[in-house]
Amino acid sequence: MAWLSDFWSTYNTLVYSIGVHAMLALSIQITLSCGLLSLANAAFMGIGAYVSALLTLTLGWPFPAVLAAGTLAPALLALLIGAPVLRLSGVYLAMATLAFGEVVRVIVLNLEITGGPEGLNGIPPSTEGWHIALFLALTVYGLVRLARSRVGRAFEAIKEDEVAARLMGMDVDGHKLFAFTLGALIAGLAGALNAHYTFFISPREYGFESAVDILTMAVLGGTSGLLGPILGASLLTVLPEVLRFLQDWRMAVNGAILILVVLFLPTGLWDPHRVRAWLRRKRREEKA
Amino acid sequence: MNMLSLKNVGKHFGGLSVLEDVSFEVPAGSIYGLIGPNGAGKTTVFNLITGLIPPSSGSIALEGRDLVGLAPHRITRLGVARTFQNIRIFPHMSLLENVMVGMHRHLAYGPAALFFNTRACRDGEKKAKERAFELLSWLRLERKADLLADSLSYGEQRKLEFARALATEPRLLLLDEPVAGMNPSEKAELMEEIRAIRDRGYGVFLIEHDMRFVMGLCQHIAVLNFGRIIAEGKPEAIRSNPDVIEAYLGRDDDAETQP
Repeated sequence: MAWLSDFWSTYNTLVYSIGVHAMLALSIQITLSCGLLSLANAAFMGIGAYVSALLTLTLGWPFPAVLAAGTLAPALLALLIGAPVLRLSGVYLAMATLAFGEVVRVIVLNLEITGGPEGLNGIPPSTEGWHIALFLALTVYGLVRLARSRVGRAFEAIKEDEVAARLMGMDVDGHKLFAFTLGALIAGLAGALNAHYTFFISPREYGFESAVDILTMAVLGGTSGLLGPILGASLLTVLPEVLRFLQDWRMAVNGAILILVVLFLPTGLWDPHRVRAWLRRKRREEKA
Repeated sequence: MNMLSLKNVGKHFGGLSVLEDVSFEVPAGSIYGLIGPNGAGKTTVFNLITGLIPPSSGSIALEGRDLVGLAPHRITRLGVARTFQNIRIFPHMSLLENVMVGMHRHLAYGPAALFFNTRACRDGEKKAKERAFELLSWLRLERKADLLADSLSYGEQRKLEFARALATEPRLLLLDEPVAGMNPSEKAELMEEIRAIRDRGYGVFLIEHDMRFVMGLCQHIAVLNFGRIIAEGKPEAIRSNPDVIEAYLGRDDDAETQP
């Protein structure tokens, strides 16, 4: 059992990161499933992280309360900015949400209370493994329920044909705002959890690169289901560690693997349609 | 009582006038046809009624209720559903899901019921599924209920669009060129299905430029040409109306030209 505890003390942050990244990938999957390319989730994660960390450090709020605050603050903001921003679509929405992310980053960088570029130090490590497991499970369960309900169908219809969805009596703008806000909620929760096991947060972690990373996780894993984003998040978190033996070549090989996946599996690693077709073929071969 | 009435409706895009002073009334429980040559402004009429674009002038009312200025989804909820000239189904969803999207508003379970998968939620979903199946069977598509919509033939996709429109529980169904691109036997079949829909108590208002189809199906017809209504009445009267013949066949140059 000694090896297990060794393994855990070395890699527990990595395992935590897989969980948090999975939540982030799922948070962008929600907006994608509604046909919205929103890149604001890294910023929402940052807001969740800063709000919760500041409440812990300055006001000494208990952990459950700071988690709730870190989850709700970005969701409220999403509700406010959603109405104007979601009038845009496609790349224009991507640009607007990226710009929003930059604004958030610059504000955090220049405020005194957030510690500016130095970030916040000494956040107590209140997050435990089971917290992340629990919230990830709740997120997955909630999203499974959503996907199988009238709301999931509405998202899909809006993604397929917005005008037709509107003329089916559907409040398209309301559903988009809901998807955007729910994404912010989950990203905020991930941020709050993340802040309370990394000890230290800085504005750098929530900028453009993170926004693209989150999108990459979801797209790489496959956006036509819930398993895809989780798979993508796990792979992108673990891969750099697994490739550590390559030393200087590590990030180059990491990038090459991503290119290969996108080239040969353009719908992502996990595509329910492809898996179903493969199973059918297998069954036919067995019969023959 | 008239189902739908348009009064002095006009629409212009910049300096281009598409519809001018269009007035007509669609009676309840019948099949009403709007015909006219290509580019006469027929689809624009549908876009105005369903709220996709606002009229420049005039009023549109459903059973006395003003529709102008309402969002498209509100108008659908008041009981107007439509199909599209260039089919707009949800291609990557199954037939059943396509129809269930139309029932969205009638599935009234809250977020808590959804999350905890309560009995209300399960029953609602089950009922919606049964109703969707029934609507598909009206159009003889029930055996394909679980296929993806884009695997259907062109004619079947049109029928799926009907079923989906009916799922919104409309009182008036707007059909935009329902038989475009269909062969004669498909047309005859669809004619029967539209009659059957009317007999179930729905008002039907269709746009078409296949004259034979319209003459055989509609009780009332309005003819639109260059954005104006040039004739309105029963099929027999429309058939012999000289203005309509001219709009469709052109003027006979050998005949006496009007001053």
